[in-house]
Amino acid sequence: MHEYSLVQSLVERVEALARERKATAVHRVVVSVGELAGVDPGLFQTAYDTFREGTICAAAPMELRTLPARWACPGCGGAIARGEVLTCPACGLPARLSAGADEILLETVEMEVP
Amino acid sequence: MCTTCGCGDSSLVPVDVHEKILAGNDRVAAHNREHFAAAGVLALNIMGSPGAGKTALLEATARATGGRWRLGAVSGDLATDNDARRLEKAGIPSKAITTGQGCHLDAELVHNSLHGFAWKDLDVFFIENVGNLVCPAVYDLGQAANVVALSVTEGEDKPLKYPVMFKGADLVLLTKCDLLPHLDVDVATILDGLRRVMPRPEVIELSARTGAGMEAWVGWLEARRAGLPRGKGTAVHVHSHEHPHLHTHVHEHRHADGTVHAHPHGHEHAHGHLHAPGSEENHAHGGADHAHATGSGHEHGH
Repeated sequence: MHEYSLVQSLVERVEALARERKATAVHRVVVSVGELAGVDPGLFQTAYDTFREGTICAAAPMELRTLPARWACPGCGGAIARGEVLTCPACGLPARLSAGADEILLETVEMEVP
Repeated sequence: MCTTCGCGDSSLVPVDVHEKILAGNDRVAAHNREHFAAAGVLALNIMGSPGAGKTALLEATARATGGRWRLGAVSGDLATDNDARRLEKAGIPSKAITTGQGCHLDAELVHNSLHGFAWKDLDVFFIENVGNLVCPAVYDLGQAANVVALSVTEGEDKPLKYPVMFKGADLVLLTKCDLLPHLDVDVATILDGLRRVMPRPEVIELSARTGAGMEAWVGWLEARRAGLPRGKGTAVHVHSHEHPHLHTHVHEHRHADGTVHAHPHGHEHAHGHLHAPGSEENHAHGGADHAHATGSGHEHGH
């Protein structure tokens, strides 16, 4: 259940950003989670909603955007269908994963500044 | 200040961050990686299910290398230092990282474990992660490579069920292969699954118990050590400059015939390509990304 430790990192990051900008409140955070980032979006949301109590994120709902994983050949650009062998049938090159599909990113923090 | 009328009310500002949530962990991991590289230590993140045979693999590695290398390890578990004690007994200086309820190691835990541990003199440093096919894959520790132990008793569809773990693996060790005669497990199905979740599948079948396949694993370690920026081994071990050959061969083989179980062959090939000491520089490896187009490189018969 590493979702809780991810949420802890997220809240710490938001707290640091809020401090930097002397924000008085945080209203919303936007996070994107790739399909192959190793995070369960539902669990992550639950972990966030539990953990944010008593933190600067207490009144800041999280918008979670999910990015699907897409594999393609780095040579010819041909798409490799879900579940297929990750080698381009035409070029023999190892497939490349679409950007962000294995990342967990803090995209935006909406904060109230004086 | 409100920008519309300057009334003094606070205003709502969207701040674009676009930063990895684990950026903090990644910074510590980069720090660890620099330390390992500067000291010429090959640090490996050993992952796999509980009971996949990670500790037995390390014990067998100590036997297979017979004191040629200085090995060391940290072992992550929720409780007990049993693994660290087992490794000590096998001649691998070890330290336990007890995570409590933590399901994975992170870069900070690994960094803290290095304090008071003579890791700088090591040739290979194993970071034996918490037994878990999910969470450890998410955290960079500063390792040179991820090695996943998958035992043949775990079921043929494990790669497809845990794609994130296998996607991040640089090498999969198929462990407990001595049990195959007693199981209804088709190795080809496991290998096929790996090819659907790993863009560069690299697999070694072995048995820590019988020692089968250990030579290929030790060969892989040698090749990796040769690829270190300041590898201690380059001047000492004659095998250390085989890396480009081994890798080229392994990838070629995979693309050519579509199978991924060619490692013992790759290793034999590597032994056929020993060079006189001093020729290492010509074979220095250019970096972590060594994709090879089909049709280039060496031809091999098996």
